[in-house]
Amino acid sequence: MRMPRVIVLLAALLAAGLFAASADEDGLRRIIAKFADAKDFKATEAVARELAETGDPAVERVLLALADGNLFVRKGDGAVFVGKETGASVTLSDPLTGEKAGEAAKAEITKVKVNNGLRRLIRDLLGGLTLGSADPLTRGVAADTMFRTPDAANIEALDAAIARETVASVKARLEQARAASILVSDGSDEEKVVAIAVVEARGDRDALSLLTAVAARTEGAVREAAENAIAQVNGRLALWAAGQNVWYGISLGSVLLLAAIGLAITFGVMGVINMAHGEMVMLGAYTTYVVQSIIRTSFPGLFDWSLAFALPLAFLVAAAVGLAIERGIIRFLYGRPLETLLATWGVSLILQQSVRTLFGPTNREVGNPSWMSGGFDLGQMALTWNRFWIVLFALGVFAVLLYVMKRTPWGLQMRAVTANRRMAASMGIRTPWVDALTFALGSGIAGIAGVALSQIDNVSPNLGQGYIIDSFMVVVFGGVGNLWGTLVGAMSLGVLNKFLEPYAGAVLGKILVLVLIILFIQKRPRGLFALKGRAVEA
Amino acid sequence: MITGRFFASGADRRVLFTIAALLGVAALVPVLNLAVPPANMFHVPTYMVALVGKYLCYALLALALDLVWGYCGILSLGHGAFFALGGYAMGMYLMRQIGDRGVYGNPILPDFMVFLNWKELPWFWYGFDRFWFAALMVVLVPGALAFAFGWFAFRSRVTGVYLSIITQALTYALLLAFFRNDMGFGGNNGLTDFKDILGFSIQAGTTRSALFSASAVALAAAVYVTWRIVGSKFGKLMIAVRDAESRTRFLGWRPENIKLFAFTVSAVMAGIAGALYVPQVGIINPGEFDPSNSIEVVVWTAVGGRGTIVGPIVGALLVNTGKSYFTGALPDLWLFALGGLFVCVTLFMPKGVLGLWDQLRARFARNGGRTETPPQDAAQPVARSAAQTAVESRGLGAATPEPQPAE
Repeated sequence: MRMPRVIVLLAALLAAGLFAASADEDGLRRIIAKFADAKDFKATEAVARELAETGDPAVERVLLALADGNLFVRKGDGAVFVGKETGASVTLSDPLTGEKAGEAAKAEITKVKVNNGLRRLIRDLLGGLTLGSADPLTRGVAADTMFRTPDAANIEALDAAIARETVASVKARLEQARAASILVSDGSDEEKVVAIAVVEARGDRDALSLLTAVAARTEGAVREAAENAIAQVNGRLALWAAGQNVWYGISLGSVLLLAAIGLAITFGVMGVINMAHGEMVMLGAYTTYVVQSIIRTSFPGLFDWSLAFALPLAFLVAAAVGLAIERGIIRFLYGRPLETLLATWGVSLILQQSVRTLFGPTNREVGNPSWMSGGFDLGQMALTWNRFWIVLFALGVFAVLLYVMKRTPWGLQMRAVTANRRMAASMGIRTPWVDALTFALGSGIAGIAGVALSQIDNVSPNLGQGYIIDSFMVVVFGGVGNLWGTLVGAMSLGVLNKFLEPYAGAVLGKILVLVLIILFIQKRPRGLFALKGRAVEA
Repeated sequence: MITGRFFASGADRRVLFTIAALLGVAALVPVLNLAVPPANMFHVPTYMVALVGKYLCYALLALALDLVWGYCGILSLGHGAFFALGGYAMGMYLMRQIGDRGVYGNPILPDFMVFLNWKELPWFWYGFDRFWFAALMVVLVPGALAFAFGWFAFRSRVTGVYLSIITQALTYALLLAFFRNDMGFGGNNGLTDFKDILGFSIQAGTTRSALFSASAVALAAAVYVTWRIVGSKFGKLMIAVRDAESRTRFLGWRPENIKLFAFTVSAVMAGIAGALYVPQVGIINPGEFDPSNSIEVVVWTAVGGRGTIVGPIVGALLVNTGKSYFTGALPDLWLFALGGLFVCVTLFMPKGVLGLWDQLRARFARNGGRTETPPQDAAQPVARSAAQTAVESRGLGAATPEPQPAE
């Protein structure tokens, strides 16, 4: 009753290879003009059907406009237009070509009315229509629409489409849509069991709801097959959900890694905790904000490159501030780690208040470059580009640091000082220089972490505060003086957090993680990857 | 012993003077507030009573921190947690005292529970309608938490910066927990809207004066207890653990037990401070668990002079008076001032104002003592004890002025 005639006609057209050819435009215009005479929903429905039966992809614009309530009839001459309401007037355009056709006041035109039933019908009609589209993406979407609203009458059209389809992925989706249609038809049980296997292979939520409906409706072998398939699909979905959680965990872990790695280096080499580390992150984020503001006002074309400019600048700004803190305060407090902690806390208060005075206490807007916005699907997982790039970026920073530590003379000196300061000094290493540069490096890395965080978090004077305790936990958990410890610490804390969240809630999950760390530190007071040595605490 | 003589002559007098001053204030201020007419120049306004009463609670908290940090070398960045727990215990008692005078008029359930549609009082609220039980909890809950935490931490030899960070994580975890509505402690809003304490209206001037006196007396008692602990043989051990933990261990003592004792006593003192604080300010909420509050306590102690008994009290009073002034007059400058204070105290005044005072006095005494001309035999020990404690406080590991890598 609903689609059969359309589909049959469409199939015939397709089979004849006529699908691409545009039907006679005048004929279409004649049909479209009938909208002006359609006095009720039923009449409108008939016109929409007639339009779809032409099988011409060009009618898509009209039907979409009709579904959205954007189809208008001019009172004067009964001409039909697609319109866009802008204030009191409506911008009109041609229903077929989309060319501008002037404006009209609201009083001069009437809207072609639609209801929900009609909207559904139009969607189905379009589904059938777009199977013949030249764009594989559109064909795929049409197949998915048919999968979600299966109809036994679709089978023939789908058969034809499958025979003609050349893109493998679209073909698979068409076959799934066909299987779904078979499941609602009155075909044989054998056919249906085969179809269930096809639907099961799809394995997403749509497949699950379809299979559940089938299991509730049928008896015997089909029902059994459907129930087995449901179990299979559920198992696979649970796996995907776990995968999604792991991804969220890795994403959180890479943020923690960025924030904590500089802290771990300075703590490892100098044994001081820099409480102002979070503020270095904040400075990096504000540097990004300043860079973007300058680009926005002066060089709007370069916006996609803003982060490339911000990265080195943020590194330099934070490293310079770090160097100033080390030379100005920390070097006088060596050997008194607890007092260093207090002094750097004071510095963090001063930095926060300075930024608040300069930029104001409210959040500053930092934009995403185009290549960082949006997202993509991987199987049943949804990934966003900004998180994806940040994970890659964190790993990149990690690799560079690893190279610096293991392959450069500077890194060698840092490791020597970490292992045994006096011996290193005896060997001619200028330990004060190593200290100052290490502190600058750690702060600089916090700065570039700020660039990354500005993409996913609010840029406010309190930005650093939100990460500082978590960063400490990573350092305490992973151990100091070993970059791998920081990596493992950050990733495991991130993943653990995200796995606890669904069961315990975000806050309770975090509390549990903190308690676990407090317990863990009992077992290994120097972290997961403790430095081995003979040093006895003083 | 020789050090015993130093304490007996120099520091003792100062402590006794402080105790006497606190007891005097406890007796005098209520009289000046209630009996002296407002027009008289000796009248103490009620707001002043509440404000200074609050400062006295802070001073008690700072003294508690000083016991572990100044004398035992444990820098706790989570003492605010014990303060807040004591405060919550008192707040729960005050909450139950509201009875059916709350907005919803429920005789048993506090307002926020009615609001959250709770039907029954949770088990951990039982007993808080009695003062003796609440008072017991004020002491027991922070003490038990500190004991459990310290038991684990000190036995596995978590020391130094690691311990500081872990204590900070402790108070942060409690902050997050108390923010949750389903914890049953009023969530974000905390406990407030108190009416009575022990049957007296909490708003009344007499009650406020009584609370002030109670705070002053509690502080005096704490000063006495700390003084006795520090002066005892056990106090010597605490200082030994602070200055050379490994050496103390090798001599056959158990540093973890010494630290555990100091930490627990200190937490109990902090809990009492919190319990006295809550009725005076009329609210307790999870914000008290904020790690930055705990770090502020550290700066009070540092400003006054850690490793002294009077120092933390002076520091708490000074810094908080400054805070009240700055946040009123120049709100933007307060964080600059506080941050600067952290930096300057650690860089230039490792012994705090009290240490500075001692140094100046010692110098004056040596230069001919034109001030009050303290007797030669009294000034000399002060100078020497200051020099000696300076060496002590830097400790064995810091005898070499260079960075110590994290082991």
